[in-house]
Amino acid sequence: MKGYLIASYSTLFFILLSSCNVNKNKILPILGDRSTVTRIVDGKTTVDAIYKTIPTFRYVNQYGDSITNKNLDDKIYVADFFFTTCPSICPVMARNMLNVYNTYKSTGDVKILSYTIDPQHDSVPILKKYADKLNVNGNMWWFLRGRKDQTYMLGKSYLVSIEEKNPAGEYIHDGYFILVDKQKRIRGMYMGTKPEEVAKLVEDIKTLKEEYTNQATK
Amino acid sequence: MKFKIIIVIGLVLLVINSACQNEGQLEFARYYSAGSLVYQSKCQNCHGKNGEGLLAMIPPLTDTTYLRINKGNLACLIKNGVKGKFLLVGKPFEGNMPASGLNQVDIANVLTYVGNSFGNKLGTISIEEVNNDLSICK
Ligand code: HEC
Repeated sequence: MKGYLIASYSTLFFILLSSCNVNKNKILPILGDRSTVTRIVDGKTTVDAIYKTIPTFRYVNQYGDSITNKNLDDKIYVADFFFTTCPSICPVMARNMLNVYNTYKSTGDVKILSYTIDPQHDSVPILKKYADKLNVNGNMWWFLRGRKDQTYMLGKSYLVSIEEKNPAGEYIHDGYFILVDKQKRIRGMYMGTKPEEVAKLVEDIKTLKEEYTNQATK
Repeated sequence: MKFKIIIVIGLVLLVINSACQNEGQLEFARYYSAGSLVYQSKCQNCHGKNGEGLLAMIPPLTDTTYLRINKGNLACLIKNGVKGKFLLVGKPFEGNMPASGLNQVDIANVLTYVGNSFGNKLGTISIEEVNNDLSICK
């Protein structure tokens, strides 16, 4: 019995050690709830962690094109929630998001999704105008309009909170930028109003991209 | 004797003058530092830390000519906001600046700050001036 314990301890120790070696490259955490499933593979029981992923969705972008999560297959993306008439934090968020845009716009596998939480006002032409004012063109940064209830639900999957219009006509929403990987798992959250946090996001996207290039060369 | 009096009067004038100047400088410093706080909490999110604006979305506050020419309109603009098309030295902006909800004192403060930052040199914009300008808002 004792021998068995020692053996399992040393195996554990070995696994920990070797995982340290493998993880020489920095790896971003996976955020959100997780559950486990037990599977039987080749007669052995294994336990896998299942991470919560962003559910399927259907939106329309600033060009009037229909966008679903299919369009994000094999893409890393950053999501945020905004509305075009937002007087408080959105200009700051846009200013900071432009750093992400300008850093990765020519790489092809990084996208930005800005979901409007005021679809009634933010029609497709208004979203297009908003994009134009930020000198955003092409298909890296999409401004998305969809059903309001869908957006509120989706906000929960992205771990952000959105509330209905207050009496002053403003929506309360937190200004997080959410980093999502190619498996649609959340890998980081950054306060979009803080330049230093957004600088970290720009760095973390690089780390995440490396994770995939390392996998490809393994 | 006459000569002495002239010198004394001259000296007195000099003292008064420099005291006034100091008073003016002090007043300016008061407006300016209070205004910088107003700017940080009420304007900076849109117009930026250095008054740089945001591309075609929000105009910069660095257009010294525009601000000088429109000095008399600025108080109304900040009190009531701006809506619709807006021409800033040849560059059109079509946006929406919400009414600030600031009182005269803070408008004077923030205008003195903006008017003497980002390359602007408008001097003190006093509460009296702001009151005056506000009385003729369109
Ligand atoms: C919600 C964003 C927002 C806030 C907050 C804001 N502004 Fe503006 N401001 C604008 C926009 C947009 C315009 C252009 C309006 C238009 O296009 O019709 C503008 C125009 C101006 C102008 C005239 C054009 C120029 O650039 O010289 C001045 C002066 C100005 N703002 C000063 C201020 C001051 C001072 C404050 C703080 C009390 C402030 N603004 C707060 C968005 C904002």
